[in-house]
Amino acid sequence: MNMITGRGYRKKEVYAAFICMAPAVFLAMTFILIPLFNVFYLSFTNWDLLKTSKNFIGFDNYRYIFKDQKFVKSIINTFYFAGIKIPLDLVLSLFIAVLLDKKIRCLRFFRASYFAPVIVPMVASTLIWIWIYDPMIGPLNQILGSFGIKPVQWLNDPNTAMPSVILFSVWKGLGYNIVIFLAGLQSIPNNFAEAAKIDGANSRKIFFKITVPLLSPVIYFVVLMGIINSFKIFTQISVMTPKGGPLYSTGVIVFYIFQQAFENYKIGRACAASVILFLLILSITAVQKKVGSKHVYYD
Amino acid sequence: MTKNRKNLFVYIFLIAGIIIVLFPFFWMILSAFKSDADVYSYPPRWFPEKWNFDNFLKVFDMVPFGIYYMNNIIVTFFVTFGQVFISILAAFALSRLNFPFKKLLTSFFLITMLMPFVITMIPTFLIISNLKWIDTYQGLIVPFLFSGFSIFFLTNFFKTIPNDLQDAAKIDGCGYFRILFSIILPNARPAISTISMFTFLGQWRSYLWPLIATNTTEMRTLPIGLRYLVSEGGGEYQIMMAASLMAIIPVLIVYMFCERQFIKSVAMTGLK
Repeated sequence: MNMITGRGYRKKEVYAAFICMAPAVFLAMTFILIPLFNVFYLSFTNWDLLKTSKNFIGFDNYRYIFKDQKFVKSIINTFYFAGIKIPLDLVLSLFIAVLLDKKIRCLRFFRASYFAPVIVPMVASTLIWIWIYDPMIGPLNQILGSFGIKPVQWLNDPNTAMPSVILFSVWKGLGYNIVIFLAGLQSIPNNFAEAAKIDGANSRKIFFKITVPLLSPVIYFVVLMGIINSFKIFTQISVMTPKGGPLYSTGVIVFYIFQQAFENYKIGRACAASVILFLLILSITAVQKKVGSKHVYYD
Repeated sequence: MTKNRKNLFVYIFLIAGIIIVLFPFFWMILSAFKSDADVYSYPPRWFPEKWNFDNFLKVFDMVPFGIYYMNNIIVTFFVTFGQVFISILAAFALSRLNFPFKKLLTSFFLITMLMPFVITMIPTFLIISNLKWIDTYQGLIVPFLFSGFSIFFLTNFFKTIPNDLQDAAKIDGCGYFRILFSIILPNARPAISTISMFTFLGQWRSYLWPLIATNTTEMRTLPIGLRYLVSEGGGEYQIMMAASLMAIIPVLIVYMFCERQFIKSVAMTGLK
């Protein structure tokens, strides 16, 4: 009591604050803090849900997963996914946002339409695309066929399975970035571009030397979000390619963790993989922060 | 290139883009009414020969779709309501009250936002399992009652409500909870409705956790039910489309009414 009133806190205020904060703090500790410590702890045990004992086995789980072809492939797959989806998404959404920024009519209609795939529930939309990708009766091959292109196996072919998932993910997420870029573009004051035009710069120069640097905080945000989300993808893989795709070409890290934990019951190994994922995300975020401080211009 | 020609290209490109982007939806709507003959003929027919409403009924035959729907509604409702309520309380304390360890707790909440659910899902599953909450509503609801994002969103908004109202009320001898209800809440309606919308939509399509936390058909939520429609339903595409349509419609309706609000809040997250 004395400590509370001694520092100039009002008793009543602290009581009120306690009641207000208690549920949130309790939940956060139970479902985030404690699990976090648990993941680290379990990754050093050999528990597999069927045994009754958890034995400490040091780094054995980590050694196992790095020798496991599936785990290594899952990391490669995740980087492959991120490496193609993020630039593709960035270029397309920025391009479309620039087009939309040109004060065209029906802006609201266009923007709402591009945003629609974002809103639609993920699983329901994957069902549509599973059909679209069907090699025999799917409309995509039919359309390509009318241009003389032979039918592609899409989700069934190890070479095209991941690109199919990437294409779907780009379709799903494009509208979100378009909205963000559009807002960013509209918040850039016009005087810079106009001054440059008076000095005789053409639109391409204006875009690259003025617009893009002014947009860099937004671009940074979009890329950062894109990376973090790419490392978390699971749903579309689980629905479109429930076994990780032909030759495990679509098994991403989260998918591997899920399989290890809930299909093979190897909790220890799954936790080790989770820790690796966590460290990956942390390091990429740190790297991006460094890159960001060099190239991002805030005013 | 003259300005008009340039504009024409812009429109053409944008419209072509819209056609590509919205094509899957048209495909879904048209296909939900197709019959086997339409689907499996080669080349596949784009328009159903007859508009077949059977598919929608067949969905209910194949899987307990109604139960999935109801589960989804129950879980989403309680998560949204609970999470928003808890976040309002915490945001009120963080924005308006002074108490020990405030800074520590703020940082703690901030760090939780960096933690993707994937990392903590296994121990969370173990906790729920030990509580014997697998295959229960509480097991699906409780882990999502905390959201650092919601708390910070609301905290930042509450901070913008001017202090003078609060100070005047304190002089009049108002208790803190009175302040919360009479002053903060009425002024924070846009923020609360925005965060409720976000939470609702996020929870409606939640997949990973219900997949882990349910084993029986009766407790499945909509996304899980749809996914099992693919494997257990025998893969009849047009029935899958009917099911998708039924799953998407409520979201689309909410979207059509609140579209402006949506886009605004999404844009805000980008500009911070």
